[in-house]
Amino acid sequence: MGGVILLLLAMAVNTVVFSYRVRGGTREGRFQWGVVGHYLLTAPILHGIVITLELTVIAMIAGITIGVVLAVLRLSPNPLLSGSAWLYIWFFRGTPVLVQLFFWYDGIAYLYQDLGLGIPFGTALVTFNSNTLITAFVAGALGLSFNEGAYMAEIVRAGIISVDEGQTEAAQSIGMGKLQTMRRVVLPQAMRIIIPPTGNETISMLKTTSLVSTIAVTDLFQASQNIATTTYEVVPLLIVASLWYLFFTSILTVGQYYIERYYARGASRALPPTPFQRLRQSLRHERERPVAPLAEVPWVAPHE
Amino acid sequence: MVEARGVHKAFGRLEVLKGIDLTVHRGEVLCLIGPSGSGKSTFLRCINHLEKIDGGELSVDGEFVGYRRGGDRLYELKDKEVCAKRAEIGMVFQRFNLFPHLSVLDNITSGPVWVKKASPGPSKERARQLLDRVGLADKVDAYPNQLSGGQQQRVAIARALAMDPKLMLFDEPTSALDPELVGDVLDVMRSLADEGMTMIVVTHEIGFAREVGDTVVFMDGGVVVEQGDPVEVLTRPQHERTRSFLAKVL
Repeated sequence: MGGVILLLLAMAVNTVVFSYRVRGGTREGRFQWGVVGHYLLTAPILHGIVITLELTVIAMIAGITIGVVLAVLRLSPNPLLSGSAWLYIWFFRGTPVLVQLFFWYDGIAYLYQDLGLGIPFGTALVTFNSNTLITAFVAGALGLSFNEGAYMAEIVRAGIISVDEGQTEAAQSIGMGKLQTMRRVVLPQAMRIIIPPTGNETISMLKTTSLVSTIAVTDLFQASQNIATTTYEVVPLLIVASLWYLFFTSILTVGQYYIERYYARGASRALPPTPFQRLRQSLRHERERPVAPLAEVPWVAPHE
Repeated sequence: MVEARGVHKAFGRLEVLKGIDLTVHRGEVLCLIGPSGSGKSTFLRCINHLEKIDGGELSVDGEFVGYRRGGDRLYELKDKEVCAKRAEIGMVFQRFNLFPHLSVLDNITSGPVWVKKASPGPSKERARQLLDRVGLADKVDAYPNQLSGGQQQRVAIARALAMDPKLMLFDEPTSALDPELVGDVLDVMRSLADEGMTMIVVTHEIGFAREVGDTVVFMDGGVVVEQGDPVEVLTRPQHERTRSFLAKVL
């Protein structure tokens, strides 16, 4: 983590120096790093971050859940089930997520003034006004989740079909049912294939949440824009938003690495060392470098 | 224990089993031999319903596998009911098919704990006993990929035995092994046979069939060509097809 912050700092310093040299100009340079620092930790920005993170987490959890269900349905021998999953993926992958967001926010309220919860085609037990139920945040979460589900479905399906058929047969031969086989045997092994693109999706989602600024959700991007429109400090606030996006994608990258390691259990005979372990190892070797030339060091069998 | 009457199976237009009649008694070790593509593995997989049969009848312990009779028609059982039947039949595969994401111990307890809902404590104890029995007591915490083929296959046998099956199916259990590892696996199977386990073994190990088998069945082209006492079938085959096959493999 420290490394990431150091890198960001180095980049920042470098850009400051660069802007001085090339642009000359104001005392601070055009990037106005002082302004960046001033707004980086202010309440509106931090509140925007909370919204962005909430949307990312909700959309990914819902997206993965929808994706797993759709992937299993698509692989079902029942044409009705696989067909409806195909239709879902076709629709949500075939329309822009921005359009879908507007549909959830404006479209639903326009089409249905009231949303009811009750017996299908019967009386509604509870009725909500769509404008109060589907707030901008809810519309954003729904739009991102349903869209993500379509993409996750294909990722999960790729993972499932990568698992050897012998695994399913072995599970069935000891009496496991279809769902049990999927949950206990196939999906854990499919995870190795599923995790890397899912990490990709999560990082992508963190940034895609900025689209909700168009449906009046005050996420990180919208929060920075709100400040920029009143103070006219456009570039510094874009940098504020960018620094935070970079910070969180960096955290996600590290997280992905360790999740991948976890699911690599049993796949390779020994796990490769983590970067930290490798660093520590190389430092130790540095200290233990033999003083005598190699030829004079007696060969010692490596102990088990 | 196992009764097959006129079992037919086709993959698309390819008829793999053309009417198999076979009886396996309790405690009997039946070895299925024959050239590749003769249908012996397919027949074995029909016994625990990994493959559906297209015609005839196949029963284990007096009950149809995967079907129930309603009037004079057969109906396929629900997934749950098929599972309950399969749980009573152990199966060992040519390619082991251990679960690579689980330790050896978890592989063996997977059946009892997840299928039979047995409590993990006693199941683990039992798994250790089974591992000891197949000579791998020290591999409890290893993962399948850290084991040799022969060791993996013995774990696979232990995994099947953990379900206390009344019948064990072996699908070419030594065909994917290095020659020097075959012996360990055959030893475990031999001791199982000595204890009276009912076994159906698809194998190319003619020596094992002769020594351990109570019956040898020679299959070719989807039919049973010849069956009987191992010594009779293997040393004095009645059919030309059996003779030419044995001449090649012996």
